[in-house]
Amino acid sequence: MDLSTPSDLDELRDTIVAADTVDPTGAGTHAEVGGTPRGGRAVRVPAGVVAHDPGDLTVTVRAGTPVRDLDALLAEHGQMCALDPTDGSATVGGVLATGLSGWRRLRYGPVRDQVLEVRFVTADGTLVKGGGPTVKNVSGFDLPRLLVGSLGTLGVIVQATLRARPRPRGAAWATADGPPSGILARLHRPSCVTWDGSTVHVLAEGHPADVEAELDAAELTAAAGGPARPAGEHRGRISVRPRVIEPVAAELRRAGIAFLAEVGVGTVDVAGDDPSALVAARAVAEAHGGRLLRVAGAPGLDAFGTPPPGVEVMRRIKAAFDPDGRMAPGRMPFVEAAPAGAVAR
Amino acid sequence: MADLAAALGPGGAREEPLELAMYGKDAGVTRGRPGAVCFPRDAAGVAGAVRIARRHGVPIVPRGSGTGLAGGATPADGALVVSTTRLNRILAVDEHERTAWVEPGVLNLDLTRAVAHLGLHYAPDPSSQQACSIGGNVATNAGGPHCLASGVTSAHVLALDVVLPDGAEVRLGGLEPDTAGYDLRGCFVGSEGTMGIATRVAVRLSPDPPAVSTLLLEFASLDAAAATVGAVIAEGIVPAALEMMDAEITRAVEDYVGAGFPRDAAAILLVELDGRPGSVAADTAAVGELGRAHGARRVRVAADEAERALLWKGRKSAFGAIARIAPDYYLHDAVVPRTRLVDVLRTVYDVADTHALTMMNVFHAGDGNLHPLIVFDASEPGIWDRVASAGDAILRACIAAGGVLSGEHGIGLEKRDHMPLIFGPDDLAAQAGLRAAFDPDGRANPGKVLPEGSRCGEIAGAPEGTWI
Ligand SMILES: Cc1cc2nc3c(=O)[nH]c(=O)nc-3n(C[C@H](O)[C@H](O)[C@H](O)COP(=O)(O)OP(=O)(O)OC[C@H]3O[C@@H](n4cnc5c(N)ncnc54)[C@H](O)[C@@H]3O)c2cc1C
Repeated sequence: MDLSTPSDLDELRDTIVAADTVDPTGAGTHAEVGGTPRGGRAVRVPAGVVAHDPGDLTVTVRAGTPVRDLDALLAEHGQMCALDPTDGSATVGGVLATGLSGWRRLRYGPVRDQVLEVRFVTADGTLVKGGGPTVKNVSGFDLPRLLVGSLGTLGVIVQATLRARPRPRGAAWATADGPPSGILARLHRPSCVTWDGSTVHVLAEGHPADVEAELDAAELTAAAGGPARPAGEHRGRISVRPRVIEPVAAELRRAGIAFLAEVGVGTVDVAGDDPSALVAARAVAEAHGGRLLRVAGAPGLDAFGTPPPGVEVMRRIKAAFDPDGRMAPGRMPFVEAAPAGAVAR
Repeated sequence: MADLAAALGPGGAREEPLELAMYGKDAGVTRGRPGAVCFPRDAAGVAGAVRIARRHGVPIVPRGSGTGLAGGATPADGALVVSTTRLNRILAVDEHERTAWVEPGVLNLDLTRAVAHLGLHYAPDPSSQQACSIGGNVATNAGGPHCLASGVTSAHVLALDVVLPDGAEVRLGGLEPDTAGYDLRGCFVGSEGTMGIATRVAVRLSPDPPAVSTLLLEFASLDAAAATVGAVIAEGIVPAALEMMDAEITRAVEDYVGAGFPRDAAAILLVELDGRPGSVAADTAAVGELGRAHGARRVRVAADEAERALLWKGRKSAFGAIARIAPDYYLHDAVVPRTRLVDVLRTVYDVADTHALTMMNVFHAGDGNLHPLIVFDASEPGIWDRVASAGDAILRACIAAGGVLSGEHGIGLEKRDHMPLIFGPDDLAAQAGLRAAFDPDGRANPGKVLPEGSRCGEIAGAPEGTWI
């Protein structure tokens, strides 16, 4: 595949306008998420910090910036962004476009809540700005939230302003024997609570006195580190309402599927050495009113499963930003225009 | 009208002149005239009303409690106002999951009261929370003093059942954390009635903190108060709330409610810390020390819940208090980067001086969300021109400092013509494209948020700024 790495805005526009189809690319840590791209010119945008004033609790970066680099910069000022990708080489643009939240979502919210402003270039080479640079803003419609999770189908994200937060003064992982029922009620604002079928892991963050109090309140045992995400060639992420997380976990366990559930959030990462694991996991998720997103592997499996409600609106959004379907074709296939001859519904 | 009466039953729709006049405006400064007003009782009634309006070629204007300040609920002439006041049931509360499904007409404070016995609350707390509706909060993406740490409405809305402008009903988002496709829920929140009408809202409820502490810090200068705000943030403390009031508004509130505020301070800060007792105690001490180091002449920590409630009553009564000073007020809303607060405040007072207006400031200092408040008597000849011109000057100063047009009240009718101050034509066209995807015929709350002429496809001019 051809990879273009334009170094300025004009070059990026020229590249996008000249290409047949475009596949916006970050570090490639989640290259398969959301559908299999049908070719396209891979385009990667530059890295670099544009502005950081610690007193404003915001940071503006070019979308190609690896999250690891951003984190190192913010750490110098005692700050952080709660993006938390599984792999620190992931780029800010990639994390935003895939919209997969990290392991501290329970406390800091999903990726979409970390983004204040985005700038992106659409299929016709237009630079669009949405949102604004301040920590609070309701001026106009929420394009930043539209772009988070859009998988490159609306444009190439080139720059983002993110919410920066003070780094917690203390942090500790701890464990308890499962199941996790009732543990949330004993904790106050834990950063992460996971359940892998045998052990509950808790991440407590904040003032050292509070971290200790959290561990005491839930009778937890200090641990050296957090849990491992399940490994396997074929990976997916289940999303179910939090109240059914235990029955979902129990069924996955019975089916012999490796999983890590985020208690209180409702995501469950699953993995297997055979694509059938994802098929089975999707059935479990759907039986509980949820879904499974294919993250990697299982090439025969539809990326999303049942299309969501509101597909008509989504198609019109796609058509407004990318009328010729040139951006990331193959990802999020249900928003693409129905092929000629087919009846849209 | 006959169609509406048939669909919604007796009293379900009104067109008497008095009613129409009442529904011609919200709490802001703009006015229009609806063709009719209707009061559906359920989602099917809303969908029915929307379809009837569509059949008659009449635009719809959703309306909650009408406390909006940007003219969002001000109808275009002849529009059908769809009021949600009868959609006021709390449908389900899940104590363990900490979620609730409510109808949009439920009042913000009523929701918090209804779940209080479970040790839960609904976090966004606009000062109007006794009167404003959850649906209105969703549509304006409302904020409040306690949104500094916990985030504004969008962070607390999980799912929406919506009647689209063509009458179709659809669910946006879900109780599951991630739904497939674009975040339509996120797009709808803050859409100010232009993307349809929310008929059910799933919200996140927050656990009450185990410990809370509220401090009142008094300063002899605004600069000292603002410096303290910066120092608290620099210390790595993000309080639950961090509010500032200037001398004029502090005196007015004290005269009105007797909250124990100092009549002679140049500025006061109200700081609330919550969490587990350990950090609350440590941070209370730290904030007090930082305040004193930056010139606070007095630091008071509320001794009990009664004192705490009184301090907050003072803060939230600011708007009632000013009614005793002058009959009219114009409340502004803009955000500046926190580090520019002092500069911008100085300009704001200069603007008041040059326009010979009385100005007060009570605002969310922690997130740089300014609320300059101009008080006046509308019967004074020529006053409105001065008020409007001062408002414009303030907005421009905020934007020059790197700020935005609105932090929580929205754009509505009031500020839509200011949108080109922060967005280029391409940015506005993209927003128009998003809106049109929900409402291809422009039937829902037309003329709001975007200036006339921001149309999809009508792309002209150079984009503002570059990224390289
Ligand atoms: C004294 C005072 C203090 C205030 N303090 C604050 C504050 O601290 N923070 C803050 O954010 N705001 C504040 N406001 C502004 C106002 O209360 C908020 O904007 C509130 O969210 C509006 O709610 P409402 O129910 O009154 O909505 P309305 O004014 O009736 O409508 C507001 C907008 O929402 C749309 N709308 C209403 N219901 C729906 C629905 N179901 N579906 C789709 N669209 C809908 C309307 O079309 C309109 O565009 C204050 C107002 C006053 C008068």
